[in-house]
Amino acid sequence: MSEATVVGTRGGEPRHGVRIAVIWAIATVIVLPLVIWVVGPHIPPGTMSQQTGDQHTVDVALTALATPIVLLIWVYFAYAVTVFRQSGSAIVDGPPITGHRRIEATWLIATSALVLGLAVFGTADLLTTGGAGGGEGPNPVAKPADWRGALQVQVIGQQWLWTFRYPSYGGVETTTLALPVNREIEFHVTSLDVVHSFWAIELGVKADAVLGADNIAFDKPLRTGSFQVRCDELCGLWHGHMNTTGQVMSTSGFTTWIAQQETANAAVTKTLPPYARVYFPTPTRNAS
Amino acid sequence: MESAGISVSQTRVSTPSTRSQLLGFNVIWAVALGIGGYALGHWLGSRIGINSRSQTETDTDDVAILMGLAFATLGWLIGLGFFNYPLSRIAGRPATLHEREEHGAWRYLRLCTDHKVVAVQYLVAVLFFFFVAGLNAMFIRTELTSSNATLIPAGNYLTLVGLHGTMMLMMMSAGVLGPLGNYLVPLMIGSRRMAFPRIESLTMWLTVLAGFVLLSAILLGGFPTGWTGYAPLADQARAGIDAYIVSFALIGISLALVGLNMIATVMTLRAPGMHWNRLPIFVWGMVTTSILAVLAAPVLLAALIMVVFDRTVETSFFISSAGGSPFLWDELFWFFGHPEVYILALPGFGIVLEILPVFARKPLWGYRLAVAGMFGVALMSFMVWQHHLFMSGINSDLRPFYMFTTELISIPTGIIFLNGMGTLWKARIRFTVPMLFALAFFFNFLIGGLSGVFLSDVTSDVVTHGSYFVMAHFHYTIMGGLVFALMGGIYFWLPKITGFKLNEKLGKIHFWAMFIFFNLTFFPLFAAGMLGMPRRVSSYNADLHTLNVFVSISAFCLGLSMLIFLGNLVWSIALRRERAESNPWGSKSLEWQLPSPVPVYNFERIPTITSHPYGYGSPEAPAVADFGPRVIAGEGGLA
Amino acid sequence: MVRVRALAVAATLSVLIALVVVYFIFFLESGPPAIAAVVSDGTARLTLQTVPTYGHHPFPDWVSYLAKDASGRWQHTTIFKVPAHAMVDVTIYQYDGASGLRNNFLSAVSGTTGDVEVINGTAQHGINPDNAAHTFTIPDLDVNVPLPGISPNAKNTCSVTPCTVDQAHNTITFSFRAPGPGTYRWQCFVPCGAGSLFGNGGPMQTIGYMSGLIEVS
Repeated sequence: MSEATVVGTRGGEPRHGVRIAVIWAIATVIVLPLVIWVVGPHIPPGTMSQQTGDQHTVDVALTALATPIVLLIWVYFAYAVTVFRQSGSAIVDGPPITGHRRIEATWLIATSALVLGLAVFGTADLLTTGGAGGGEGPNPVAKPADWRGALQVQVIGQQWLWTFRYPSYGGVETTTLALPVNREIEFHVTSLDVVHSFWAIELGVKADAVLGADNIAFDKPLRTGSFQVRCDELCGLWHGHMNTTGQVMSTSGFTTWIAQQETANAAVTKTLPPYARVYFPTPTRNAS
Repeated sequence: MESAGISVSQTRVSTPSTRSQLLGFNVIWAVALGIGGYALGHWLGSRIGINSRSQTETDTDDVAILMGLAFATLGWLIGLGFFNYPLSRIAGRPATLHEREEHGAWRYLRLCTDHKVVAVQYLVAVLFFFFVAGLNAMFIRTELTSSNATLIPAGNYLTLVGLHGTMMLMMMSAGVLGPLGNYLVPLMIGSRRMAFPRIESLTMWLTVLAGFVLLSAILLGGFPTGWTGYAPLADQARAGIDAYIVSFALIGISLALVGLNMIATVMTLRAPGMHWNRLPIFVWGMVTTSILAVLAAPVLLAALIMVVFDRTVETSFFISSAGGSPFLWDELFWFFGHPEVYILALPGFGIVLEILPVFARKPLWGYRLAVAGMFGVALMSFMVWQHHLFMSGINSDLRPFYMFTTELISIPTGIIFLNGMGTLWKARIRFTVPMLFALAFFFNFLIGGLSGVFLSDVTSDVVTHGSYFVMAHFHYTIMGGLVFALMGGIYFWLPKITGFKLNEKLGKIHFWAMFIFFNLTFFPLFAAGMLGMPRRVSSYNADLHTLNVFVSISAFCLGLSMLIFLGNLVWSIALRRERAESNPWGSKSLEWQLPSPVPVYNFERIPTITSHPYGYGSPEAPAVADFGPRVIAGEGGLA
Repeated sequence: MVRVRALAVAATLSVLIALVVVYFIFFLESGPPAIAAVVSDGTARLTLQTVPTYGHHPFPDWVSYLAKDASGRWQHTTIFKVPAHAMVDVTIYQYDGASGLRNNFLSAVSGTTGDVEVINGTAQHGINPDNAAHTFTIPDLDVNVPLPGISPNAKNTCSVTPCTVDQAHNTITFSFRAPGPGTYRWQCFVPCGAGSLFGNGGPMQTIGYMSGLIEVS
């Protein structure tokens, strides 16, 4: 009895499992490379900094991981609704299958392995990229290799404006964020009132600004150019308008710029409180 | 309790006159006494004279407003008659369920202890507020068609955002527990009532009150915090936040009570023979949701009370320069907030796994695994909340741990897909409207769930936290998951609840329009988020303008599809009224063996359960229950 | 019977639609009117005043900005219209006492012609941060003008708007170049804001009081 000439049939009854597996395999072989190499490079956030490069790698990896899973579910359901349908108006029962120990166990083991792998991958990635640009609080665990020579920049969020202080340049405060290229930056993000969040989009930095907290994030811009800074935590009326444009400059350009800022703002710098990691405003007025 | 089971002989002969109905305890009195209560409370509050900043400097007395809302709640409950029974018991009168009326439209306008009436009231309330919140969403998308100009003034826009989010969250938390849970759980377990019928009605009327209190924020200047109510901003916000606080507190109380009622019912009122492994999966979904509701809601209440103190008597729970910390709100809120989103997700699982066997004509595949999955989700949902705070400056040692637990929770969540796939294996699928919604659930929840993985990985979260990616993620899981499942559940069970058929063609148009436009609206938002659009903003980078216009147009079409649904409801239930058979879907579940609509007393005799409700495919499988007069000696339960 | 039910449905629908329209018009679109700066020889003139208490319903105790319209009447609004690329001359009559800046950086003038403000006739580059009563700041244009408070011993203070020049005040004038067309927000950065334990309450977060828009066309 050789009815098994058609792939995926055995004894007249088609072997649905085999068919689904084959369709899935073909789909994965076609789609996965497209996802990784055609779509992948276009996945945000770009490569302006080391951190965005890391984020981009992780995003591509996660998308690549998700692709076969999505395809499996889609192929299975598409197959099921096409093949296992009841045509006509008669109501006919299907076979009384209530479970299958081995399939359940395999699924659980496979998903557990995936999750464990993801967790290990995520942790390793976080530690080797110096926190990947996210705010790590006042005692960061994941620091990039060159953190000792980092330029410290304090980001102060207030309703509804970002200002920036450079402690290594006399604590001068500016409303423009300029950074030297190819230098590790150590952002210290804090707030003077409610919770804001400092999001330098193309640089891949995101850290909440909380009053009384010093939230540290590391970042290393790799190219000159401008980047958007937006507030990422609802902070009141002008939350969506609390935007500014930052600049990554060449090292010499930055040195010139900061010197200009120091002279231009010399008078007001004297009135500022000494640089501190956090500021505690007395009720309804000054940060000190 | 002697009158716990209403016997058939107690049918009323005549309904009371309209005049006595009007003068009795009903919602009209509730509104009147509520407004009166607000006036009284407001006056009392203004007399308290604590001279705090909130009373003297804002020109809106927060103490007076909060007292007013508290007294309004009291007035509302008195007007509905919730104090009558406790007072009558205190006065020594016997226990009774005398509010269990059997006829008349008036019972829908007051405290009624018939769980089916409460469920219908709940359904109307949930759908009403769902549409109000949806309307707000349409206005939000209108504003977002322009990348900078403020069509709607900025402060009003934030209130819109807050109203949409808060109202949806509040209403959909009990969106399945209330309407479908209250209606179906007693029927599915073979009981004539819920364990605490008056509490059940209380939770419904508190929900209605909460919805209107939230809407009253408009009159108080709106609130700028969105549904998450982040604390230092909540402390300084204008008076509208008091309405947000009171309405959310009422919902918290209502949630805890509805969960308590559900658990007590399932534990104590199961019919003889209803062993735990014969319980329908929908009931398991309700039970696990209820566990989360009971445990998480009180934490929210505590946090809200702290905000009230900060705003009125000048404590500083959340103000760093006076000894508090904004992180306290972050932690308390999200400790509630994360179980809250599973309160939203689990009922969806329950509905979908209940519908699938009926239209696949196969038993639910992997029943025990499904139950274990639901309990796994419920348990682990308390261990993941810090993933909302990855960028907030929490102890960075904790981030890998919470990344791990968050990714771990995808294992029990994934089990539902295995159940779905197994149930469809070699099935005989009929594509009715409920089945279409159940299948769409899997499509949407897959995208929603996988996008959650992008958010659980800390590195990836740096890009996506607080952006439109998160928006897309939770809309896919909550709207694509819960709301689609709820729609499926409504199409599935409404013939049983009302006795009328819903128009199948309109249903299919509604489904396809909703499914297509839902995906067109929310899928591009993943891109918007990764390209740098934060949440809750009305101005964004001009590069994203075309994308936002596309999303807005799709959103308007999505809104139109919901109007088709509303039209179908009104047409089929109010106007056309075509009678449905008692079991139009051919289900083997217990509730479908009863007439449609279900009579007041549910069962003539409490049945003896003889099987689980998924006996498809085996002709010799026993029926789900034996309705005969025999009662198995030695087994308890009501008869 | 069907006719009655159909009528009931239609009536309910009409009521609901009417409610939605009311909601839109009276809540969503509610806000102060925009007034146009007075333009002569290509220069736009804006005349504003900052007051310690608005003095009228609904918020008599709130601090507020007011603006003079083309006919010379004081209007309670913070939305101004100026022509694109015009030089905008602003005069502010400041009637409020000082409460101090939260971020002293904003005590320096920026974005104006010569980076100065003229306070009671004297050109200054900034003020004592503790003496700030309000600021006029347009963050998107980097324009910041701190406004000094009146002396705490001043007699004849203003408590009900519109305030008049015989009451205690400081006069501040400055100019800035309007940008290209668009809508730009402006706000005050002194967080006195009334009623909140640490500032930025009520008037600070309400357009029409301490925050507004500049519509450039």
